[in-house]
Amino acid sequence: MKLTTLIFVFSATLGSCMAQQSDVSIKTPDGFTTTTVAANFGRVRHIAMNSNGDLYMKLERLSKGCGIVRLRDTNKDGVMDDTLSFGNYVGTGIAIKNGYLYASNNSSVFRYPLNNSKLGIDTAGVQRIVTGLWDKRQHNSKSIALDNAGNIYVNIGAPSNVCQEQDRQRKSKGRTPCPILDSAGGIWQFKVDKLNQSYADGIRYATGIRNCVGLDWNNEVNELFVTVHGRDELYQSYPEYYDQKSGAELPSETMYMVKKGDDCGWPYVHWDHLQNKKILNPEFGGDRVKTGADNAISPLVGFPGHLAPNALLIYSGNQFPAKYKNGAFIAFHGSWNRSPEPQEGFYVVFVPMKNGKPTGKWEVFANGFAGMETVVNLSAAKHRPCGLAQGADGSLYVSDDSKGYVWKISYKN
Amino acid sequence: MKKMIISVILVAGIAAILQSQSTSTSSKARGKEVYARYCLTCHQADGGGVPRMNPPLTQTEYVNGNKQRLIGIVLNGMNIPLEINGDSYENPMASHAFLKDQQIADVLTYVRSSFGNKSTAITAEEVKAVRAKNK
Ligand code: HEC
Repeated sequence: MKLTTLIFVFSATLGSCMAQQSDVSIKTPDGFTTTTVAANFGRVRHIAMNSNGDLYMKLERLSKGCGIVRLRDTNKDGVMDDTLSFGNYVGTGIAIKNGYLYASNNSSVFRYPLNNSKLGIDTAGVQRIVTGLWDKRQHNSKSIALDNAGNIYVNIGAPSNVCQEQDRQRKSKGRTPCPILDSAGGIWQFKVDKLNQSYADGIRYATGIRNCVGLDWNNEVNELFVTVHGRDELYQSYPEYYDQKSGAELPSETMYMVKKGDDCGWPYVHWDHLQNKKILNPEFGGDRVKTGADNAISPLVGFPGHLAPNALLIYSGNQFPAKYKNGAFIAFHGSWNRSPEPQEGFYVVFVPMKNGKPTGKWEVFANGFAGMETVVNLSAAKHRPCGLAQGADGSLYVSDDSKGYVWKISYKN
Repeated sequence: MKKMIISVILVAGIAAILQSQSTSTSSKARGKEVYARYCLTCHQADGGGVPRMNPPLTQTEYVNGNKQRLIGIVLNGMNIPLEINGDSYENPMASHAFLKDQQIADVLTYVRSSFGNKSTAITAEEVKAVRAKNK
């Protein structure tokens, strides 16, 4: 168990450097240390690390009119001492690939050339590569990932809980076929270097995905991996099948490997990790026993319900012990809809993998972000893990969209 | 004689005040149960809500402002771009018109006098009036 050490951070709101101690202690396995590299940047969603050590953060709420902040440790003393803010839009997705920074708002994707100039990036050289994606409020964040063949993958979350005739209305029936799936509830593929692409220019790469906030390209097997938020309100809507406890535990949050053309089964089924089955949703005639969507693929892992897997990172570094190589780190944002049961999540999980397949049970890797044992009301949680990035040296970075912290987790022999 | 009349009026007055207080106290107690069953998951036990998704019920203008608008939110649900204290909330709220007038009055009386809110009670008659206009 390691305590977060004293760090220097600077605050975007104060705009000045100040020494600050983390207000929580992060527990990790033996040999790992955690330091706070940023604090008080507000709603920091996903993060990306350039090979030169520049850390880019995508904000969900503008700070001084900007939605992207770049942090830099100019004199390499371990303290981020230089900030650059740009991009006048809020959003979630951010990624770096082959000399470009990619960032999304809730309907578009932009890219910026990275360079060796003093700023490290050509913010004026911004290009809009994707536009006009559905932003119908619910599940509108556009997470992104890039492959090695010039493609970008964009999550278009379904603006719906389970494709009912009336969204979230108790006992409102599910719609078959679900019309949302034409434009959302899946992953779309676009070219990285074409401007202003929209639905007609892209490919619906995978479907039946309610809302996938975490996605990453697995370079070991050259496939896309995603973590998906399962549906809400099984207990609230169908107390005849689900009690308070099982409604908190189900449905599973999931991690999939998705290939082109795959269907993960939403809205017709949800994954049930207690039965290891695709269970038909009650809105479509399910009763907690009936299975469905035979055409749909099964996840690699089913986690307890509602933990909200907001970021996925397939670890390719050499710094951590061998067991971590090619495995998956997942940042769980923490639940709200396990209420009235206590909330769960607020930690970073590790899934050991080889050749894209889990080789053991998932484990909690970094914990303590909430700053308390039991979170009853979500508002009490101090921090909520939301983004992950891997440094050039193999360190793992974790961001928080509650108070805008970023932690660096390193392994020392 | 005059004294007696005054005290009779006084006693009656106090009784009326007590009566109305106890109806609103028991309305609040009933409202807490309605809240636990129908609102708590989304708006949380402390009314703190869920960032990005479900707005807080703590000192918002919707909760403490115009009663008709507030009753309307419960009856009709809500799905409009919503910003409270600089954060936006993206989920929709479904209609809760299936609740009885008294249940809606109770839950709103509870919400308006909990989570730091100090606004007046809402009656079943007020809910009924809004529901009638709604149709
Ligand atoms: C499925 C989740 C859900 C449930 C259940 C729910 N709400 Fe809401 N509520 C929301 C969302 C989401 C909004 C914001 C909708 C929007 O942005 O248009 C909202 C908005 C509100 C607002 C106005 C905004 C504010 O924060 O002041 C009030 C008041 C409110 N709800 C009260 C209630 C009450 C009372 C109940 C129970 C009878 C309830 N809600 C049940 C999700 C829910």
